[in-house]
Amino acid sequence: MSNYILRRVFWIFLVMFAAITFTFFLTYVIPADPAAQIAGPTAGAREIENIRKDLALDQPVHVQYFNYLGNLLRGDLGRSWMFRRPVSDAILGALPASFMLALAAGIVELLIGAIIGTISAVYRYHWIDRVSMIFALIALSLPSFWFGLILLYVFGFLIPIFPLGGYGGIQHLVLPALAVGIPYSAWYARMLRSSIREILGEDYVRTARAKGQRDFRVILKHVMPNALIPVVTMWGMDLGRFIGGLALVEVIFGWPGLGWQAVQAAKNLDVPVVMGSVLFVSAIMSVMNLIVDIVYGWLDPRVRLS
Amino acid sequence: MSELSFPGSQATPPRQLDALERAPKQRSYWSDAWVSLLCDRVALAGGILVVLMFFLAVGADWFAPYDPLKQFPEGLTARGAPIEPNAQFLLGTDNLGRDLLSRLIWGGRISLTVSILANLVSLAVAIVVGGAAGFLRGAVDTFVMRTVDIALSFPTLILQIALATVLPPSIGTVIVVISIFAWAYPARVFRGQILSIRERSFVESARSIGASELRIFVRHILPQLLPTIVVYFTIRVPSAILTEASLSFLGLGVPPPTPSWGNMILSGYQLYRQAPWVVLFPGFAIMIAVLGFNLLGDGLRDALDPRERR
Repeated sequence: MSNYILRRVFWIFLVMFAAITFTFFLTYVIPADPAAQIAGPTAGAREIENIRKDLALDQPVHVQYFNYLGNLLRGDLGRSWMFRRPVSDAILGALPASFMLALAAGIVELLIGAIIGTISAVYRYHWIDRVSMIFALIALSLPSFWFGLILLYVFGFLIPIFPLGGYGGIQHLVLPALAVGIPYSAWYARMLRSSIREILGEDYVRTARAKGQRDFRVILKHVMPNALIPVVTMWGMDLGRFIGGLALVEVIFGWPGLGWQAVQAAKNLDVPVVMGSVLFVSAIMSVMNLIVDIVYGWLDPRVRLS
Repeated sequence: MSELSFPGSQATPPRQLDALERAPKQRSYWSDAWVSLLCDRVALAGGILVVLMFFLAVGADWFAPYDPLKQFPEGLTARGAPIEPNAQFLLGTDNLGRDLLSRLIWGGRISLTVSILANLVSLAVAIVVGGAAGFLRGAVDTFVMRTVDIALSFPTLILQIALATVLPPSIGTVIVVISIFAWAYPARVFRGQILSIRERSFVESARSIGASELRIFVRHILPQLLPTIVVYFTIRVPSAILTEASLSFLGLGVPPPTPSWGNMILSGYQLYRQAPWVVLFPGFAIMIAVLGFNLLGDGLRDALDPRERR
């Protein structure tokens, strides 16, 4: 087991190294000039030259690359070119917002998905099943940023229950969480529906029924625990993905998360922030995947990790 | 007694062949799949949506009531706001007084073209890469699969945004940016399929009569992979459509004034409270296109995979 984890951790470092290298060289094949971008449209050639020197952009690519790696090993992600503050500060500063939104969206997708999936599995071939699956198909096709705008319009403007975006308390969190959670809930609904149906045909469910247990109790005590095992995997991976991957929804709602920050940095050619974000987000995703695999093996003893 | 006769003394009348004796009607794998697809009402609905979209996109200059780039002076209110849907502009106008319906139809052409081309590129890469891994195995396989694993752990959206920022804005850039991150997953799937196809007896017989490896791959393995490719093509279009929309919404996709569904949402974003229709309709279009491809893809998967056929 510890061997397995060790190998996976090594693998995570490899992924991060690959991500860093890829991003680094990606920003070097660029036709655009970050120094000119930072200096602004009114800057003269001298000024741009100074900035270039200042940021060590005048050095050969491989020198810059190894400098970056060397600093990274010392735990230094560099400074933002645009705002001159340490990249680690920027990332840690955006992390709470990202984490909050990811968790809230995760709860929404799981709750809605579980309810709809269970109901449509139990009411198999009933119209409720049909309606639920049509809901799932439509939800699956929603572009979440557009859905977020519609939610903002309806529940922020027409019927002003929630604020029109911004970062703050729970009332700010509801709409973005719904915008992400509802489209994703469809995956859970579909998955749970098919796995619950399968489990309903198992012997132990029949036995539970034969003992005279109520349907609700059978579902809750005998069916759900087994049906939720694969869901745990998907949910953990979703959380990892949500932390850095909700840039558009964050833009729509003015939510100062990691994705939003990375988008701004990319648009400004603020390379250190982009690199830091890529590194951090891929690390989180990889670590979440590892946790998910370990938890999965623990929940389902039939799975042996190797 | 005269009615009695020895067998064979009289010519026996030609007997009607019964159904069992008749040669079975030849039905190929594909026509079988076609029939089962037509019987799947949900998939059929998806197929109709997709065909309808293509129809509109191909005949855009025919169906669009106006020039999608024309800024109508009467298309804006006195205070410069977009006009609501009305008899002249069926879906209203956008922030520059352009006809929204015309832009929607033309935008569909652009969005679908981008998504389909990006998909073709990434599937071609996936076939070559996955094919090399599954067919050649050994070190190539290990290398390719590790690369795929790495590519799948990248934070795609951030990298796509960074790449779209540094490349000059054009439709070609969007296609590159989408396809560069979309090959990894199908490559893994194709590899798995090829690993099992290459062990079948017809591959061995082709090899035993001296067919070259390339010929075996192209003539014997690829045709077997084709159903999977078709299914993957269909189910990956939605994600390409959504990526195009996302990039264009961030102003990093299809450059204006060319309409795409994504940049149309962007153009309505600033005034979504006063003129919600500018945002609403392109989003609907994206949703319907994605829905159509999803339904069709699910149906195709059932139809083309005989093991899952009901």
